Amino acid sequence: MKFVLDAGQRLFGETLHRLLAGADTPAVIRARACGDPEPCRALWRSLAEAGVLAPAVPEAAGGAGPLPVELVTAFHELGRHAAPGPLAETAAAAELLVRLGGSSGDGPGGGPPTGRSPDGGPSTGGPGDEPGGGPGGDGLTAEWLPRIAEGTAAVSLVLPPAVPYALDADLADAVWVVDGDRLCEAVPGAARSSLDPARRLSPVAAGTVLASGPAVRAAAEAACDLGTLACTAQLVGLGRRLLEATVEYALARHQFGQPIGAFQAVKHRLADTLVGLEYARPLVYGAALAYGSPDFPRDVSAAKAAASEAAYAAARTALQVHGAIGYTDEYDLGLWIRRARALHTAWGSPALHRARVVAALTGSRSPVPPMPSPR
Amino acid sequence: MDLDLSSAEPFRAEARDWLRTHVPAVPLPSLETAEGFAAHRAWERELYDARLSVVSWPARYGGRDASPLEWLVFEEEYHAAGAPGRVGQNGVSLLAPTLFAHGTPEQLERILPPMASGEVVWAQAWSEPEAGSDLASLRATATRVDGGWRLNGQKTWSSRAAFADRGFGPFRSDSQAERHRGLTYLMFSLDAEGLTRRPIGRLDGRPAFAELFFDDVFVPDADVVGAPGDGWRVAMSTTGDERGLTLRSPGRFTAAADRLVALWRERADPADGALLDRVADAWIRARAYRLKGFETVSRTDGAGAESSVNKVFWSELDLALHETALDLLGPDGELAGEWLEGYVFSLAGPIYAGTNEIQRNVIAERVLGLPRGPR
Repeated sequence: MKFVLDAGQRLFGETLHRLLAGADTPAVIRARACGDPEPCRALWRSLAEAGVLAPAVPEAAGGAGPLPVELVTAFHELGRHAAPGPLAETAAAAELLVRLGGSSGDGPGGGPPTGRSPDGGPSTGGPGDEPGGGPGGDGLTAEWLPRIAEGTAAVSLVLPPAVPYALDADLADAVWVVDGDRLCEAVPGAARSSLDPARRLSPVAAGTVLASGPAVRAAAEAACDLGTLACTAQLVGLGRRLLEATVEYALARHQFGQPIGAFQAVKHRLADTLVGLEYARPLVYGAALAYGSPDFPRDVSAAKAAASEAAYAAARTALQVHGAIGYTDEYDLGLWIRRARALHTAWGSPALHRARVVAALTGSRSPVPPMPSPR
Repeated sequence: MDLDLSSAEPFRAEARDWLRTHVPAVPLPSLETAEGFAAHRAWERELYDARLSVVSWPARYGGRDASPLEWLVFEEEYHAAGAPGRVGQNGVSLLAPTLFAHGTPEQLERILPPMASGEVVWAQAWSEPEAGSDLASLRATATRVDGGWRLNGQKTWSSRAAFADRGFGPFRSDSQAERHRGLTYLMFSLDAEGLTRRPIGRLDGRPAFAELFFDDVFVPDADVVGAPGDGWRVAMSTTGDERGLTLRSPGRFTAAADRLVALWRERADPADGALLDRVADAWIRARAYRLKGFETVSRTDGAGAESSVNKVFWSELDLALHETALDLLGPDGELAGEWLEGYVFSLAGPIYAGTNEIQRNVIAERVLGLPRGPR
């Protein structure tokens, strides 16, 4: 047993960290907020080249997946640098396509992908390796999965009710919505602004049907779980950055003749933030390792509830310790603070995920309530 | 002991009646915008003409000599009616009480009526880049000249200063004196020659405050509040009001709690026990704040450091009310709207008017009598 990242996984995270640190993500976000999407698209391309989405796409389709631990590693870095764009949404779309492509011949709902073996060993191949004859799904899979892997397709996937709006439809190459057991092209309405200036959310109407049948519903449930996992990893990365930046500030900012970090009120709050994040992270990696097992939905939900709370607490601490400067639009850390609030309830609120955990623990026969069905 | 509000009921009925016919059906634009500021200023004039803008002031300055209980009741009606935010609040709640305590009759006659009508909107200018929690370390100077003072230096986080007319705050008038001494409390025009204001966007980008740069700004002797050199004592008499009941009346929170309960009824999953607990707690805390307000206005002894108790309570209650609402809204919580605007406003509560860390020190040391910590 070795419940830590191996050397290759660490290297992957560090490579992405360096790439993102050099990309000036705050400037990318601010350009986007001012109506210039180009820096965002350029960042997308370089992230895809670095393999951010490869863990979500099977090797046969040009990716390297399924590699959920690598996916979490990548999304941790994306969160740490507040990278903008429909990233978790595209990872979820990849999962949806994998499931649809591999659904032919399976029973209703398809089967789980083989995934990684419980000891973390390499994948023995997933159902996406063999595009099948799903109802319209296989052609879609063949067309879009390789593009997601190579970074030429950003997909904004809408999975009501947990994901009721299209995120960044203007940046996306495809906008899809799952409507019951139909996957449709989505027609986005006017975008609404979020507290987070990087995020634009559009209500959607279902358009052309791309695929239908029970396999779509099952694939959407799997996609929602994977998107939530990615969001969860982003939250932990966000929280980590918020904590690091705040510790730095507490050392630099002086009042009453000493660094404010010398005051116990500040110290204890920062220490509590660390404790919260330290115990959210293992839940996220634990969920990644459960990918492909029946416990995956439960473990993703446990991770989301904990990561949402820990990252939001980190944002509140960051704001309180920074004081007024942290409350300003122009101070970059505010972008992380706002993202933490947005992701707190994105991909299902902590309340929704707690309910899923309890349902999984207590419902002996009834399955865990899937997120993409109305409560 | 009783909770007999009957002496205030006639006034309640009158206020309710007036508000029913005058509160704008469509909410005014945000007061942190130029357009919204103007609209809120016009609303102040409407209130003033009905003698409802400063009900507790003496009639000669535009009030109606309402009792503290009548003021509490008026505030309940005002907020329950969903009436606009008070653009003149910082003048009315923070400067006016200081003038009642330390101002000259001439100042009262000259300053209060246009403050009450919204003709002159005031901004508080206390904090400086290096003087936040440690206010006594402030550096902006007031230098004695013929007939008045010359102001130099910088103030920051001045709420409403992007659009307001005049400002007030302490300046260092004797550089030789020990920190708390040698300060003078001054009022100045934000359009004065030599004064530059730079609006600062808060977390949602709206210019809710500003930085002020003073370059030999002249202030006549008539605009000194209290005695020169006595500015710390004058300032501290304002902090009691800022942290106490007058800035944040109970009616504001009981109305928000009622709206939260309505939101729960409209949006919540009744099986969601955790959110139910938080809605109930917010309502209970708002009721506690209301009852505490009745206790406070019933007392004859001064509140003193207990205003710090008050400040911790209302600021955390405000945040809890709005966080709960956003969580209830789930994925809609990050979208622009009334609850989000209230949330962004509430985030600043634990920071302004003396951070809650400072308030807790005050409570521990001055109310509980614990030893003063190192600082």
